[in-house]
Amino acid sequence: MKPTKEQLLWMYETMVVSRRFEEAIEKVYLEGKTPAFNMASGPIPGEMHLSNGQEPVAVGVCAHLDARDTVTATHRPHHQAIAKGVDLNRMAAEIFGKATGLSGGRGGHMHLFDPAVNFACSGIIAESCGPACGAALSRKLQKKSGIAVAFLGEGAANQGAFHEALNLAGVWKLPVVFVIEDNSWGISVPKSEATAVARNDVRAAGYGMPGHYIPGNDPYAIFDIAGQAIARARDGEGPTLIEIETYRLAGHFMGDAEQYRPKGEKEALFAKDPIPKMRERLIAEGHAAESLDTLEKRAEARVAEAISFARDSEYAPETDALTAVFV
Amino acid sequence: MLDQPTNERRLTIARAMAEAMQQEMQRDPTVFLMGEDIGGFGGIFGNTRGLFEEFGKERVRDTPISETGFISAAVGAAMDGMRPVVELMFVDFFGVCFDAIYNQMAKNTYFSGGNASVPMVLMTSTGGGYSDAGQHSQCLYGTFAHLPGMKVVSPSNAYDAKGLMTAAVRDDNPVIYMFHKGLQGMGWLSTEPGATVNTPESDYSVEIGKAKVVREGRDVTLVGLAMGVHNALKAADRLAEEGVSAEVVDLVSLVPLDRETVINSVAKTGRLIVVDEDYHSYGVSGEIIATVTEHDISKLKASPARVTYPDVPIPYARHMEQLCLPNPDKIIAAYRKM
Repeated sequence: MKPTKEQLLWMYETMVVSRRFEEAIEKVYLEGKTPAFNMASGPIPGEMHLSNGQEPVAVGVCAHLDARDTVTATHRPHHQAIAKGVDLNRMAAEIFGKATGLSGGRGGHMHLFDPAVNFACSGIIAESCGPACGAALSRKLQKKSGIAVAFLGEGAANQGAFHEALNLAGVWKLPVVFVIEDNSWGISVPKSEATAVARNDVRAAGYGMPGHYIPGNDPYAIFDIAGQAIARARDGEGPTLIEIETYRLAGHFMGDAEQYRPKGEKEALFAKDPIPKMRERLIAEGHAAESLDTLEKRAEARVAEAISFARDSEYAPETDALTAVFV
Repeated sequence: MLDQPTNERRLTIARAMAEAMQQEMQRDPTVFLMGEDIGGFGGIFGNTRGLFEEFGKERVRDTPISETGFISAAVGAAMDGMRPVVELMFVDFFGVCFDAIYNQMAKNTYFSGGNASVPMVLMTSTGGGYSDAGQHSQCLYGTFAHLPGMKVVSPSNAYDAKGLMTAAVRDDNPVIYMFHKGLQGMGWLSTEPGATVNTPESDYSVEIGKAKVVREGRDVTLVGLAMGVHNALKAADRLAEEGVSAEVVDLVSLVPLDRETVINSVAKTGRLIVVDEDYHSYGVSGEIIATVTEHDISKLKASPARVTYPDVPIPYARHMEQLCLPNPDKIIAAYRKM
């Protein structure tokens, strides 16, 4: 499956939005955290898991989705949320803990919920899988259109919830696609020391569904395979498991010294940064550099607007903490 | 902070936990560790630092993110003659592996009529206050203490942290060892300095099931554990300025619960405030109050009070979370209402 020109440019621009967003969040996150790094300080407190480098996965998959489709995301959700069309201003405001945020400040960066585009999150590993099955089952039972995509990391593929959900999806032929972002690190533990098989796509066989492995963090290849899997789900042919090689250019969370990384790994990953790589390819395919510059500027402007919106928004009254437990 | 006398050796809780495990591993070859990022990384909260380098990857085992698998495996290894210490990185993650904990670890001894034992330690981090939101900030003390068959401890300082870990490893029963992130001595988690105290180098045990009166007083008893003890001590300092003499009881253990120390203290002061960062309802605070009132309600000069976490999931935004957390102001306000 090949992307149209429009899809390609959307993918590129969305990757740039995601990257600029992470860069902006990183900058704000560090405010108030120097010279001594204290997670509790600054305009954005708590843990912060950046997705720099993993953008191709989000855009290659979400290019095939629209608002009615469900996405369940991970503790590292920003690129997935942006590609799914979560409101960027309200997402930024949530990360700042403001009243205008998606959840009025109750959820924060690991718990982004935007029902308008069927986007949900969990900070618990592999807990994207079961809910995606449920959303897919609901569509099937109600004979409504739309499919579900669960994103997870390669570390989550060793969690019971992953295996149980895959079996459910397989036995019930659910319209769901499981997308593993294989950045090869579960915090400090490499995939090779945590996973009994080199590639998780082979595990699909145990659950009666096709499995694919996509090397190279390549948005074109991701678009192709994800498009086939999503079309298959839409056609009622059942679930697919896809594992995608991607790169975590940042630490597990901000403040991670990353001493576990082999020497030179980061440099090698940055040399393969998917965003400049895609830009080069687009130019080689005949897209004018100026038109890409325009997209990049537009992306920067969107991010700047979202950050300003978040900064300028008010905090909710603190007593809002006691509301929204029940509807 | 004042300079410390040179004969003191002040350790953080993280360091004290690691030292206890190190000494137990040196002493007993059946002790080994399993958990996520406890190897070369030294534990996310620093409590296994240096152990991988000393004991290697067979005895300090990084695991996949498979809590049901490795905690169940610890149950099996413990029943087969070893003394595993396993880490559940955040207590909030118990949801993915609770069967291994409360249906296996906690019950196998009883099911076997006491003929089998499960000598393992499950250490897990608790507590919020640094905006990590509702899946990484809970305490859940009451959840674990409620279910029979496992001992539950939570240190408020490094001295107790070391002695409790030593006692937990040597105990022939499963022990849940809950350490509060805000007491770990890691600056990046906004640490409470009062938890970093003089800690002897030689090995020693702190008795599981024995509470400590950490400050004597006459007018009111403040009962807490872990971070609650520090909030109570700060409140006691400020109450003292007003001429109110508060006694502070550090529970140290939830199971077994040292009811006698609490009862004796309240018999003396006549007033009880329980400080608990766990949810308000159905938890430790209710249990402590019931303990006192069931024993002899006539000893109370006022209705008991509790300063707890309200019954809501933990919000992310700093000001919302701070509204919910126990603090010295709330303890003093509770006293004033008595």
